[in-house]
Amino acid sequence: MMTLKTAKTRHADVRYLEGGAGEPLVFLHGAGGVTPDDPLLAELAMTHHVFAPYLPGYGETEDCPELRDMLDYTLLGWDLVKAFGLTNPILVGHSMGGMIAAEMAAIAPNDVSRLALIAPAGLWLEDHPLPDMFTLMPYEMPAYLFHDAEAGSKLMTSGLDMDDPKFLQNYLIRNARQMGMAGKLLFPIPERGLAQRLYRIQANTVIVWGASDKLIPPIYGPAFESGIAGARLISVPEAGHMVTLEKPGVVAEAIAGLG
Amino acid sequence: MKFTWFNLMPWPYLPDDFREKNRSVWVDIDQRLFDPEKSHEVYNTYMDLLEYADTLGFDGVGVNEHHQNGYGIMPSPNIIAAGLARRTQNAAIVVLGNSIALYNPPVRVAEEFAMLDCISGGRLVAGFPVGTSMDTNYCYGQIPALTREKYAEAHDLIIRAWTERDPFAFNGRYNKLRHVNIWPRPIQQPHPPIHIPGGGSVETYDFCIDNTYSYSYLSFSGYIRAKALMQGYWDRVAERNAPDASPYRAGFAQTILVAETDEEAERLYSEHVNYFYNRCLHVYPGFADAPGYRTIKTIQTGALSQYAPPRGAYGELTWKDLIEGGHIIAGSPETVRQRMEDLIKGLNVGNIFCLMHVGNMPADKCMYSSKLFAEKVMPKLRNVLPECEGDGRFWCKPLPKRATAGTLPQPYSPERVAEAV
Repeated sequence: MMTLKTAKTRHADVRYLEGGAGEPLVFLHGAGGVTPDDPLLAELAMTHHVFAPYLPGYGETEDCPELRDMLDYTLLGWDLVKAFGLTNPILVGHSMGGMIAAEMAAIAPNDVSRLALIAPAGLWLEDHPLPDMFTLMPYEMPAYLFHDAEAGSKLMTSGLDMDDPKFLQNYLIRNARQMGMAGKLLFPIPERGLAQRLYRIQANTVIVWGASDKLIPPIYGPAFESGIAGARLISVPEAGHMVTLEKPGVVAEAIAGLG
Repeated sequence: MKFTWFNLMPWPYLPDDFREKNRSVWVDIDQRLFDPEKSHEVYNTYMDLLEYADTLGFDGVGVNEHHQNGYGIMPSPNIIAAGLARRTQNAAIVVLGNSIALYNPPVRVAEEFAMLDCISGGRLVAGFPVGTSMDTNYCYGQIPALTREKYAEAHDLIIRAWTERDPFAFNGRYNKLRHVNIWPRPIQQPHPPIHIPGGGSVETYDFCIDNTYSYSYLSFSGYIRAKALMQGYWDRVAERNAPDASPYRAGFAQTILVAETDEEAERLYSEHVNYFYNRCLHVYPGFADAPGYRTIKTIQTGALSQYAPPRGAYGELTWKDLIEGGHIIAGSPETVRQRMEDLIKGLNVGNIFCLMHVGNMPADKCMYSSKLFAEKVMPKLRNVLPECEGDGRFWCKPLPKRATAGTLPQPYSPERVAEAV
């Protein structure tokens, strides 16, 4: 059971989900956001004290025009750790959240000893350009995000009333807020120099990748693995970019392996 | 009234099956559809037509900026404008405009516009669009959520560069310049008039009202569908207690096609209109609005993108539909006059950007239509809004005596000097 709370930071009042008991763990969501019934959070909360902030523009956290670039969001991550009252939490990030978590671990290597990157963004391989997620139409998304696009499509639309005349406008507003923020780190190419900072990461790191990820293809896994000393790469069969939704148990297990 | 003859400069050789075989006319349009050798003819014809419009007595000739776009082969309008500044005599050079957030640093715009103003003898009307999402975000890589902030900073920098008389330091977020000191500077004082193309965002309304800039709605969907949007602007003008509601505070782009009769207009122009709406406006919807490009406030007002096609898409609209829906104003001079009067009064606009070239229209038809408009329609529209004549705040102020291009004296010759002595 996750509880919605507020953490005050210098630039933003950040709403976050908190639940479970055990080792503290901070989870940073991807560009699609996170929900209170996220199955990975539920898995993690069985063994950990989970803190999952809604980044500005997501959920009930207001947009924050003052936060513009990678450094701003990296420091927001550390401001949140402080606001949660934590020291050396397990740092977990998915996709865009993985990019932020990796930056956090690179900028303050002595403050994070366990890091889990789940299909993280942040690198760009010339021979493997990523699809432009900012041009995808909603109906095109599931094929990029899920191993099983049809089941994924149902996951994405569950609870939404598409016959509601307000639906389109609400969708546009939510999309503008969320992806508008994500664009600060990911548009037009999701690369902000992380490659030259990865070497700084000292944390015990696990990298988890859905074997059928079509948004950030699994070839990016070895690129992260080789950039971070001692990192371990786990490939998850029958899972796409949303491996967090499709195989939450496997992801939780990989994170548990960090100790 | 100010009538500006406008050419978007569409590529006229998009194939018949363009729509079926391509996902977009913009951003990722097929390179192979552009033929550089053919473009030589196309560019020169288009520039000739703009020059022709000057001879017909249009108040302005207009150019604009698009990138990677099959209906606008004008990534640098200033290059075309430079040619026009030389080869036209009287018309305002309406550059509508330069997407100022895309120039690095934006003093480049201050400089080039100053050059255009100087070369043309003070005939420049300057436009500062934020730029479409296709151009600004998808082609030129600007981060959508930061585009407006960057635009605002570029604007402040350009205005200061134009108006301050001593070098200054500009410590912006996106531009750090220790010595801003543009040379040349524009003829028009304090600076050329500024028009801001907008698509219905409240922030842009306020920006125009607060700075005494003209708000231009450049839509292809015509004056009937524009009513709600323009009314939103005029409501805002009233709400913010602007000193007046002069129609020159607003501009509107309208496709106009004139022939001797309504039937002749359909016969002559429908294929070109069809080309424009079916091929040129075939934009992949994923490029229409990068998330973060529009403010939440604007989305909440429900002003959707001008590029959103009408229900059922443009492809299904007949000539009759396009006329009745006001997408195009076409017909005999009298038909066009009536419709234009409705437009001018209905939207309360003093600046009309006349889209007189459409799609793959050949030059002779374009000249025919333009001439009929200039001779048989324009004169009758001059006084539709008589009360606002004389409001010069939004138009250029040329030098009374201007240089004529191509009037060099005889070269220096020692013999002639000796004779003179």
